[in-house]
Amino acid sequence: MSEVEGTPEGPKIGVDEWVARSEERSGVRGGRLAPLYARAERLPWWALLAAAVGVSALVPFISSSDYVIRVAVNTVLFALLALGLNVVVGWAGLLDLGFVAFYGFGAYLYALLSSSQFDLHFPALLSVSIVIVSSALLGLLLGLPSRRLVGDYLAIVTLFFAQIYVVLATNADRITLPWNDGPTDISGGPNGITDIDPISILGYEFGSTRSYLWLSLGVFAVVVVALQFINHSRTGRAWRALREDSLAAELMSMPVNRLKLLAFMFGAATAGLTGTIFASVQLGVFPQNFDLPLLITVYAMVILGGAGSIPGVVIGAITINVSLELLREPANARLLFYVAIGLGLVTLVRPWRKLAAICVGLVAFGIVAYQLAEWLRPAWVSGTIEGGRFAGLLDGWVIHPVDSTHLGNAGFILLIVAVLALTELRGIWRSILLVPTLYLAAFVWENRLVVEPSVTRILLLGALLVVLMSWRPQGLLGTSRVEIV
Amino acid sequence: MSRILELKGISKAFGGLQVIDGLDLHVDEGEIVSVIGPNGAGKTTLFNLITGVYQPDRGDILLEGESLLGLLPHKITQRGVARTFQTLRLFLNMTVKENVMAAAYGRTRAGVVRSILRTPGMRREEREISALAEEKLAFFGQRLMGYRWNQPAYSLSYANRRRLEIARATATGPRVLLLDEPAAGMNPKETYEITELIAQLRTEGGYTILVIEHDMHVVEGISDRVVALDHGIKIAEGTFEAVATDPRVVEAYLGTKAAATK
Repeated sequence: MSEVEGTPEGPKIGVDEWVARSEERSGVRGGRLAPLYARAERLPWWALLAAAVGVSALVPFISSSDYVIRVAVNTVLFALLALGLNVVVGWAGLLDLGFVAFYGFGAYLYALLSSSQFDLHFPALLSVSIVIVSSALLGLLLGLPSRRLVGDYLAIVTLFFAQIYVVLATNADRITLPWNDGPTDISGGPNGITDIDPISILGYEFGSTRSYLWLSLGVFAVVVVALQFINHSRTGRAWRALREDSLAAELMSMPVNRLKLLAFMFGAATAGLTGTIFASVQLGVFPQNFDLPLLITVYAMVILGGAGSIPGVVIGAITINVSLELLREPANARLLFYVAIGLGLVTLVRPWRKLAAICVGLVAFGIVAYQLAEWLRPAWVSGTIEGGRFAGLLDGWVIHPVDSTHLGNAGFILLIVAVLALTELRGIWRSILLVPTLYLAAFVWENRLVVEPSVTRILLLGALLVVLMSWRPQGLLGTSRVEIV
Repeated sequence: MSRILELKGISKAFGGLQVIDGLDLHVDEGEIVSVIGPNGAGKTTLFNLITGVYQPDRGDILLEGESLLGLLPHKITQRGVARTFQTLRLFLNMTVKENVMAAAYGRTRAGVVRSILRTPGMRREEREISALAEEKLAFFGQRLMGYRWNQPAYSLSYANRRRLEIARATATGPRVLLLDEPAAGMNPKETYEITELIAQLRTEGGYTILVIEHDMHVVEGISDRVVALDHGIKIAEGTFEAVATDPRVVEAYLGTKAAATK
């Protein structure tokens, strides 16, 4: 180490520095991948952005399936939403639960301006510009009464706003206007608005899903660049300062109220812009597109990826949306399920001998349980395992009764009890209980969860969130934040 | 010397509790004035009134002859009054340098659009406040320099956090600096340093300083004038020797003989 600086009689900062860098030292990754990690960390942000956009743009050439491309488009839209929410929640620290209303507002406004609903058919660029400006203004309007609210209070008020939006969209199909006889249909009610014009720019009409992928990727790149620049400007610093301590920010010459409104407007404008693409790619908008489940999903993306980090929330959006799609198909879901359990075991159970013992124990436990069940009551093992890959491997190991519902439900409850017990136990008992718990998980999975994918998706997403959040509370790429020191 | 900050008969009550009662106080340009008093005397409330966190019930606060009443805190800071906090209020999860750069908000102009477009003017401004932050941090010697710039503020020691608060306050470009217990929680050596530093802030930075302090050695070392408060009333004012020996000040800190023998 080089000579430490400091006055001869003053304190040496060498020790200080060494302590302060402990995190850096312990963060050094070893192994064969170390140079790769180091290189990835040195990459500038624009290179990462270019790589991400470039690879995503190639999706239509890798798979010609319209479904895959549509999932890609949705993922980009989710990433855009997560980026918008990140401005409000991640940077300015405002718990805005009304965020999806701006998304819905953007989509509906675009639908009204560019469809046969009122026969307006504005050019796409004009509609999109109107939507962005109006969404920002709506954000301002929502922000005005709530700018003095913080935390829970702000959350309640904005949640109320989100609910009002859904109610309005569902019921604005019979509005009585003073200059019109009879009720006017504005939003199309529960049936929404359909036959929305596709976006066309300078004569090029975005007709196919793949063209929408490229369009949304283009918008995504522009939004990321804008946000990156904002983040490293006085406005971005001021947002983060008010998130940390709004009183101190105010006293350090930052106009906190105006900055809060600005964050609301930014989030709202991003959401509105995303809404226009959503409306045009789906060719229709419906009230239930913008309800609470969407809000929860976007929040999960931001929190999972790491609130405050641009690459973080994008990775959060990709992880959650792609997992949700993969879980639609039972065969994929099964693969994902066992791979996740396997990965969890490999990363969490040390040393290797213990891991091997658990694996051997698990296989043995299954075979014994299967034989026992067959001997006790043959009906317990004569049901069918839902088809797909790897189903054959499980025959002879996992119990699959003819009538799986009741036993499966019982197993489910038993599984919850076992998992709870697992968190309370320590040492050898934990390892021993782990074996039947894992078997039980496989049993419940094969008999109950695989047959009901819609419930399973949400359940697994919840489990994923719980596990990830306890493993990395700051999110995948977020930096751990300190509240009180 | 001209009056830079003047408080005329200000009062503030929280419910039935009169925290500041008809207080007159003035600070002249280039002066270092200390405010002392027992806990609950209203010292921090005084700072909160000057910086606009609270509005006084009565009275007026003048900065260079202009009233500060009714202005939002960030406007008051932009006019040239900056403060530190007794209970440190740094932006803990931002880096050391960002803490200081954020405080330069009031002296920069680049708006959102210019930031997104990264206009030459905006980039010049960024370079300027980056240099400004480095200059303000350099005031504390090597303590907040180099590798520290990119570390989060929460990684700093307590004494360094106090220093960073001072650096952050000076980055707003103040004329009057309000320091709320700058030596609290520091060891004797650091306390000695901070005494030197406050003197330096005046000579090198040209700031007029109003300081709340409990450590009498610091008060003695820095003050041109000392003001003693008790229950929101000014009980003594003058040189350190005069105030420290004033019977009412002694009584406020230690109680009366009669009370002690009761």
